[in-house]
Amino acid sequence: MYALRDKYAIAGIGWTEYSKKSGRTVRSLASEASLKAIDDAGLAVSDIDGFVSFNFNDSVPAISVATEIGVPAARYANDFLSGGNAANMIVLTAAAVIEAGLAETVLCYRAMNGRSGFRLGGGRDLSAYGITQFTAPFGWITYPQAMAMWCRRHMIEYGTTAEQLGEIAVTFRSNAVSNPRAMQRDPIVMNDYMASRMIVEPFRMLDICLETDGACAVLVTSAERARDLRRKPVYISGGAYGGGPDQGEDLFDAIRWPDHSHNYAKYIADDLWRSAGMGPTDIDIAQIYDCFTYSIIMQLEGLGFCGEGEGGPFVQGGRIARNGALPLNTHGGLLSEGYIHGLNHVVEAVQQLRGEAGPRQIPDVETCLTTAGAMTCGSAMVLRN
Amino acid sequence: MMSYAKPLPVLDSETKTFWEACRQAKLTLQRCAQCGHVRFPPTHFCSKCHSARHEWVESSGHGRVFSWIVVRHPVPRDVYASDVPYVVALITLDEGVRIPSNIVGIAPERVTADMPVRVIFREATPEITLPLFEPIPE
Repeated sequence: MYALRDKYAIAGIGWTEYSKKSGRTVRSLASEASLKAIDDAGLAVSDIDGFVSFNFNDSVPAISVATEIGVPAARYANDFLSGGNAANMIVLTAAAVIEAGLAETVLCYRAMNGRSGFRLGGGRDLSAYGITQFTAPFGWITYPQAMAMWCRRHMIEYGTTAEQLGEIAVTFRSNAVSNPRAMQRDPIVMNDYMASRMIVEPFRMLDICLETDGACAVLVTSAERARDLRRKPVYISGGAYGGGPDQGEDLFDAIRWPDHSHNYAKYIADDLWRSAGMGPTDIDIAQIYDCFTYSIIMQLEGLGFCGEGEGGPFVQGGRIARNGALPLNTHGGLLSEGYIHGLNHVVEAVQQLRGEAGPRQIPDVETCLTTAGAMTCGSAMVLRN
Repeated sequence: MMSYAKPLPVLDSETKTFWEACRQAKLTLQRCAQCGHVRFPPTHFCSKCHSARHEWVESSGHGRVFSWIVVRHPVPRDVYASDVPYVVALITLDEGVRIPSNIVGIAPERVTADMPVRVIFREATPEITLPLFEPIPE
């Protein structure tokens, strides 16, 4: 269990423009977000001595970023080969690295040309080796197709409806309207959702996240040091990573997963809440990994915000809206802000906890949950100010 | 004949027997020779008892639909444009394991949860035959 409650903090954040076509190298995007996070913290490049990132063979190694921005002595670098499930785990890893004395000031970034370059959503290799020899030959190839299979199971077991998924899409879009970073800022209503094109039943176009060129970064250092820096520290109160048994051979493989109505979240909930010394009722707002609308429902249930099977009704009636009891994805999420693979949720959490989210600021935010991952493994953190 | 554009399984040391049996119109599963656990997909070790010894047993080929999707938007477009809409399902075989496949011989909108299905075999290429599933008439 994460045993470093409030001992480490996020002291800086940075991001590039989120677009469909950056026209730039992934390395330059990573470097820009990193330089901005360093500046945000009021530090110099020479203060950085560690990097943690993750990629899907679609990014650049940390040492190349350290080289481009001129870090004189990187003492730690770790490039996880992973999906969105790692987007919170890299921040926890940064804290662990500092605790171990391997570095003092660690940059966490995710950078990708996710629309103009390698497209995670549709770009899987059609040669069906390994586990994909049992999926791809049947035309089961893309992530929307993977997750739609999970969503259908929840509908079978609990009667979850298109309107409930639609409420998530509409709510997150309304949050993105006032977010200058967001790629999709035109408001939508339920009729727009219902009329959006069916891609893979039960998913419509508006159930599926964006594809984005861009990068973001967060800078982690000790809480003690963070208190002396430019910005109000955002403390890492708790965190967890993992999933259940039979997570499979890659992110697509859920052949052996026992129960597709529940994802990794139920398996990490105890660790998460015990590490933070908090529970769901202590959380003011949450940025929950939303590669698809449906992934929100499994995580709300798994982390204990509602009972099993109650996630559909839970998101209805305005509860997750900005003025509701549990505002979710106040930046618009992966669905409407952009797909920086979940690290952009951490950036938004920091802005909300600092009180610098401008017109989309939720009043009096003291705690924020972030999550990362949607299927058989994932990570989550409790952040506070 | 027209070249086959869809993904084809790349056989490896663990899966070769499964696909060769499909060519003989047999759906086979690994059964641990030590503890009897039946498993799919094929692996070297049994996850229950870690034995590397196994035998291949023929499945009844019968199962039920656990979950399913209807693909409307073809990806890649040029490969699947003439196939949509098509159904991919996770099928729970009578032996207790789940296997992904297509449900054929039924309109996509008529597929239901727990629907009983049985395996049929369709030759994709001279080397590869795919196990598909069709509804069992009530």
